[in-house]
Amino acid sequence: MNIHQPVSTIYGKMFDTYSAIWLKQVAELQARFGGAVEEVRMPKEYPTDVPILFIRAESIVAVMDFMRTANGFEYGFLADITATDEELEPRFEIVYQLLSHSNMSRIRLKVRVRDGEEVPTITSLWVAANWPEREIYDMYGVRFSGHPNMRRILMDDRFVGHPLRKDYPLRGYQIFPDTPLPNPNLLERSVK
Amino acid sequence: METNLKAQSGIEKHLGLSGEHYSIEKDSDDLWDDSRVIVNIGPTHPAMHGALRMIAQLNGETIEKSYVEFGFTHRAKEKLGENRTYHQFIVYTDRLNYCSALLNNVTYAMSVERLMGIQVPDRCTWLRMAVCEISRVMDHLVCLGINAVDIGAFSFFLYGFHEREEAYTLVEKLCGARLTTSYTRIGGLMHDAPAGWEDQVKAWVKKTRKTLDEMDKLLTGNKIWVQRTVGISVFSKEDCLRYSYSGPVARASGIDIDLRRDQPMMFYDKVEFDVPIAQNGDVFDRYLVRMEEIRQSLNIIQQCMERIKPGPIWADDKRTRIPEKDLVHNTMEGLIYHFKFFMTGFDVPEGEAYTQMEAANGELAFYIVSKGGPKAHRMRIRGPSVYHFQGLCEMVQGEKIADMVAALGSINVIAGELDR
Repeated sequence: MNIHQPVSTIYGKMFDTYSAIWLKQVAELQARFGGAVEEVRMPKEYPTDVPILFIRAESIVAVMDFMRTANGFEYGFLADITATDEELEPRFEIVYQLLSHSNMSRIRLKVRVRDGEEVPTITSLWVAANWPEREIYDMYGVRFSGHPNMRRILMDDRFVGHPLRKDYPLRGYQIFPDTPLPNPNLLERSVK
Repeated sequence: METNLKAQSGIEKHLGLSGEHYSIEKDSDDLWDDSRVIVNIGPTHPAMHGALRMIAQLNGETIEKSYVEFGFTHRAKEKLGENRTYHQFIVYTDRLNYCSALLNNVTYAMSVERLMGIQVPDRCTWLRMAVCEISRVMDHLVCLGINAVDIGAFSFFLYGFHEREEAYTLVEKLCGARLTTSYTRIGGLMHDAPAGWEDQVKAWVKKTRKTLDEMDKLLTGNKIWVQRTVGISVFSKEDCLRYSYSGPVARASGIDIDLRRDQPMMFYDKVEFDVPIAQNGDVFDRYLVRMEEIRQSLNIIQQCMERIKPGPIWADDKRTRIPEKDLVHNTMEGLIYHFKFFMTGFDVPEGEAYTQMEAANGELAFYIVSKGGPKAHRMRIRGPSVYHFQGLCEMVQGEKIADMVAALGSINVIAGELDR
């Protein structure tokens, strides 16, 4: 038994409710953006809860902007941005979780990126993307081009390496006994 | 003094700031000569909830610019999630939002069960729902109480805290711990509720309703409270969407979304409750929404306790069933299975799922990617605090520094969930 077995108390009806909507949306995206949609993984065919759309890095802002506002999509709520280290080539996947408040459907976008490559930022669409993107840079070392404040967020500025990479050791402690002083130059970059 | 200067220059060099100094330019907006100062609040400061730090440029008392720093209690939970078995990770989920640990436990257990296709029995689901709502009440009582203390209303806090301690006693009867509960197991619960627990919960619900009315009378119409909260740190509906706000803070701004009603899980579609909405998005509206949510949660707890029936609490699934202690101590097979379970863990089939839940402060979700085996490939924790804290700088821009404390209390940022 795996995720294909619907559990009625944990969103068991999700696929039945949204499968028609998802199929329509995927077809529309593929028709509109063509090659920008690299691969589609639908639930039932692949062990996932919602469809996964792999988008080319250079088109992610256009696709997201369209999905955010277009009729029939309205994915206006950016639920989360994160990344995974796949230990393959391309190494990282940036994962965007979207939620539509109009029909409560969820969808997942992914961008494959090689080590050292940059992904366009989506802070122009959602300010909320600012910190998660910084966290991805902090944890995986993937930089976002056009980001207003691309520096570490959870780890200290003096930290070396990216701790959520699979090759970073579990006990790779780096101790910084003192707290950095306030840096007033950062005041300019904080808001908007 | 000399060493201090040296340390300072070292950090500036590290940050790439050598030679570059920040100076505040004088202009006609200055309230008086040198009215503009830069103030550092935190990381350890009684007004900051947890180890948070804010650096603000003030003009008189007004915040002109600010930025925040956090990560001082970062414990690498996501890394641990990739290096511990699914069972071992349960204890780490308590330490996310420690005001409502049970909500994290339940959400985590359900996200793993979803990947494994496990359906837990009805009694387990009703119990989980009840503890979820109890911890929502506890979280809201803490949030409101501390927010009131920050603004200066102390006795309100004591009323709420008394009921919260009673609730902790109920939780203690379930699992032996008050704060770090670790109550859920994958596919079941640690223990069944003791005999008579349902009645004790019902009595607590009745008492808490009464206390809530008293708290309402004490504070809601209070002139000082109203003047300190109405129109403070307003966040509009659009701002909330830009910053991905969810939960009571978003509902206080008029976003009519509650995952319990709109995307029901467990038995939330079988109970009746209302979703309170406010329109102004200020501290006062967040207070009102939270007060009403406590009442609705109490209604849900009451319904859970009426509908719960005796029965099994463990799913009928051999993969995740922890052997009974009787078997472990008295049979060879039981002992072997016990060690296998706790040392190597159980395999979760390949798949990925983002399992969300309306936690006390907003959307809490676990995004688990499994490549098979007893450990996750990726364990992402989406806590509402991260997104709420992000909006603080914009929320308090142009407000007084004392109102920043009120704003921070009203969005209820929990450092454990923020830093992970």
